[in-house]
Amino acid sequence: MHDRGYYEAFGGAFIPEVLSATFDELEEAFRSARNDPRFWKEYETLMSTYSCRPTPLTFVGNLTEHLGGARIYVKREDLNHTGAHKANNVMGQGLLVKRMGKKRVIAETGAGQHGVATATMAARFGFDCTIYMGEVDVERQRPNVFWMERLGAQVIPVREGTRILKDAINEAFRDWVTHMETTHYVLGTACGPHPFPEMVSYFQSIVGEEAREQILEQEGRLPARVYACVGGGSNALGIFHGFMNDGVELVGVEAGGKGLRSGLHASRLCSPDASIGVAQGYKTYFLQDSDGQMRETHSVAAGLDYVGVSPILAALKHRGRVRFEAATDEEVIQALALTVRKEGLIPALESAHAFVQAFKEAPLLSKNDIVLINQSGRGDKDIFTIADAFGDPEWQQFIMDKGEKYRA
Amino acid sequence: MLESYLRERLQNRDILLMTHIVLGYPSFEDSYQIVKAMVEGGVDLMELQIPFSEPMADGPVILRANQEALARGAKVRQCLEFAEQVCSEFSIPFLFMTYYNIIYKHGVEAFAQNMAHSGIRGAIIPDLPPEEGKECLEAMERHRLAPIFIFSPSTSLERMRTLASLTKGFVYCVARTGVTGAQTSFSQDLQDYLKRCRSATSLPLALGFGVKDRADMDFLTGKVDIAVIGTQTIRLIEEKGVEAVGDFIAGLR
Repeated sequence: MHDRGYYEAFGGAFIPEVLSATFDELEEAFRSARNDPRFWKEYETLMSTYSCRPTPLTFVGNLTEHLGGARIYVKREDLNHTGAHKANNVMGQGLLVKRMGKKRVIAETGAGQHGVATATMAARFGFDCTIYMGEVDVERQRPNVFWMERLGAQVIPVREGTRILKDAINEAFRDWVTHMETTHYVLGTACGPHPFPEMVSYFQSIVGEEAREQILEQEGRLPARVYACVGGGSNALGIFHGFMNDGVELVGVEAGGKGLRSGLHASRLCSPDASIGVAQGYKTYFLQDSDGQMRETHSVAAGLDYVGVSPILAALKHRGRVRFEAATDEEVIQALALTVRKEGLIPALESAHAFVQAFKEAPLLSKNDIVLINQSGRGDKDIFTIADAFGDPEWQQFIMDKGEKYRA
Repeated sequence: MLESYLRERLQNRDILLMTHIVLGYPSFEDSYQIVKAMVEGGVDLMELQIPFSEPMADGPVILRANQEALARGAKVRQCLEFAEQVCSEFSIPFLFMTYYNIIYKHGVEAFAQNMAHSGIRGAIIPDLPPEEGKECLEAMERHRLAPIFIFSPSTSLERMRTLASLTKGFVYCVARTGVTGAQTSFSQDLQDYLKRCRSATSLPLALGFGVKDRADMDFLTGKVDIAVIGTQTIRLIEEKGVEAVGDFIAGLR
């Protein structure tokens, strides 16, 4: 591997020797695909015929009026096939797997979003597919497990560690070091060893490219600010990509959980609980203790519930190019409720973090300003999680009645 | 020097035995009893693993031992104190095995200094390839510590040569792809791979991943210099208790 994938002091490839040759092969395959103009064309064609690209950019007039400040636009990644921006990365890597001639894909998943997207891609391309999912997540995301299995994937509940996303990543790596000859690991976010951060943000850059073009078309000018939620960081990097060289303020919103001082959050870039470390193959900010052991994380949104963050975002923070904020679980539920009610849009809990921060700031901006929010995924298919977050008593009664029926 | 110790030892023995334990598992007191039994049973050198919450290269048995040790409160400071104690009490060389974050978080220079101070002879850091290891290698060099690099069956001959040039003491060859503790077939393929390892370096070769009994040791005799037993002793302790270690090791010698 020639390029170690450093962004300032972050990134790298801290991989066991046994994976060294596999990473060389992957880097080479990615390089050659990237240099082949036909590859991006093939990717765009696939995304416009199998998924819903370009996804629309929606002006949300009711929210704009309600908040009384900047004009608010929403990039609709929720309209991708499988319901989130995850499809962009997964389908792109699927094309790469075809080029490498491998026949099996594996992936980690937290909320199940990336798992469903990978299983979908595998079904479409005819790959064998194994998904690693923390046992805790398997319990709270059964509908996604159901779909992954229907799509032909084998879902393996991970019982090690804290039994969530990071443990699923470790387990996927363990599978990979055993089967790297036949298998590609479809990492779901812009984290992990080089070339994953670069590769994932490359596929996600399609979001920002489109958004920039669309806002210029609709408004004839650029937004003042762009908001995106930050778990691993792939949707944020995707949308930010389009505005990186413009005078547009970029705002990443992390999971503030029960508050940054509660110890129950997943904020790596705004909280003193995080520090620079090396784990899962890369160097970035991790939520860890003074010995370097990873801490438990919390978020109402499983997709943001992760100890590390993209090294590219860590570098952008250091450079001062992206501002990072955190939204609490409670704020997220409120922003979600407001968006559903005012616009008939149902953002995923993850995406709603970006809405929180935009809602806080839009009223303070002038009516001539534009802000753009990335709605990275849709919430309606996470009805179990969202209904729980809202604490809806009639939904609970429905589930109990359903349970009774199954028991009978 | 680690290498000269090994060569000297090899004058009287066909094959050396290196064992591995996870510090603080099941407890530090047990770790001490295990080290004592292993040294008395004739082990030639030992890896002391400092537990880490994300041991990506380890299989389920060692992974759980890491987690258990941490759940019982094992701290890096205790591991350093433990190392100092066993290095002063027992005459065989001890190495640390751990993941890079433990060292990085502690401060690379401070960690190397502490290792040297406690009498540890070197370290195996499975997630630190030489390309990322400059700072660590320099600190280890300053403190006369041996970095042990790893060969795998997928490592090219050219890369083996590079790795060997950075390794001190011996090279750790993993017998197969995959993680620690799974089945290894001691076959012709393995022999071919070991021949390739041998042609890349004149340093002593250790072979680990899946070595579990006397038969495996016999197979390896004449092919490598050191057999490494890791997961198997943890399994033994879990099934039969710390007391079973002495007999098991004696049975291998």
